[in-house]
Amino acid sequence: MESSIYLDEARDPLIIAEGWMKDGKHVAIATVVETWGSAPRPVGSHLVIDADGNFHGSVSGGCVEGAVVTEAVDVIDSGQAKMLEFGVADETAWQVGLSCGGRIKVYVERLG
Amino acid sequence: MDPFALKTLNAERRARRAAILVTDLGDGRDRIVREGDQVAGELGAAIAKAFRSGNSGSVEAEGRTFFLNAYLPQPRLLVIGAVHISQALAPMAKIAGYPVEIVDPRTAFATADRFPDVALHAEWPEDILKRQPLDSYTALAAITHDPKIDDFALKAALDANCFYVGALGSRKTHAKRVERLLALGATADQIARIHAPIGLDIGAASPAEIAVAVLAQAIHAFRSRGLEAKDAVA
Repeated sequence: MESSIYLDEARDPLIIAEGWMKDGKHVAIATVVETWGSAPRPVGSHLVIDADGNFHGSVSGGCVEGAVVTEAVDVIDSGQAKMLEFGVADETAWQVGLSCGGRIKVYVERLG
Repeated sequence: MDPFALKTLNAERRARRAAILVTDLGDGRDRIVREGDQVAGELGAAIAKAFRSGNSGSVEAEGRTFFLNAYLPQPRLLVIGAVHISQALAPMAKIAGYPVEIVDPRTAFATADRFPDVALHAEWPEDILKRQPLDSYTALAAITHDPKIDDFALKAALDANCFYVGALGSRKTHAKRVERLLALGATADQIARIHAPIGLDIGAASPAEIAVAVLAQAIHAFRSRGLEAKDAVA
């Protein structure tokens, strides 16, 4: 693997995912595919997750990553991609949401 | 995601080449499209648009929903000349999202004191460009006014298809420069891509105003990539 002076390889989610794959780990990739209103991370942003729940990158300002990681571990098991949608957190305290008031759609798929 | 697609994508990103990951959100199949690859129909039009804007998003085509994730190299600006204009241009361009590097072999000009917080190379363009080649996501502004320093970099920028090539100097100065670049083997079409006199015509007078004119011209060149070629055909 040739390193590049133009990428921050230590923090780049897709480079990390490739490294995990080479180490024989099972990996899921989550991608923001749509945003409405105020959203902390733009469309195209990635969070990568391994089967142990380790993760790099972000799909929000930290508001929904926990939920995405949980779903990603399922996706790694089943191989079935999922489309997740997160909106504003309402009064039901258990619901995961975005405090900024936006909504995002996150596509979670297994690598390989 | 297909592991091969991920490897291909990362290789393109490491090489500072633009690529788009096209994912069919219905069945999860994906593939990498490189800039210049021919893709037909509505999907092809959406891909061309994504390469230009750098914006990712979903598109409906052929009765399916595709997600286009655009990975464009960070545009950057290489300035030949550690001069007064560059002192204003470097911070302005950085704020606008175009990181700047400055090259000038004249060590009296290229000092950290004059250029704090800027990647500064007190060496000849010939030397630095061997280590860090130019590419189509790099803009080059040659503003030393000295042919010994500017000419090589200008020819290299034309050969690397830099998205913007600008050169400081009057029309008279540029006419002489054209002769020299022809002698170096540049074609007339290549030379026509040089913006000279440099900068949008906003009546800039001070070095800082010239920096604004250069930056605006470089941004315009970046945001209209590929459009000039289409206009020329039409």
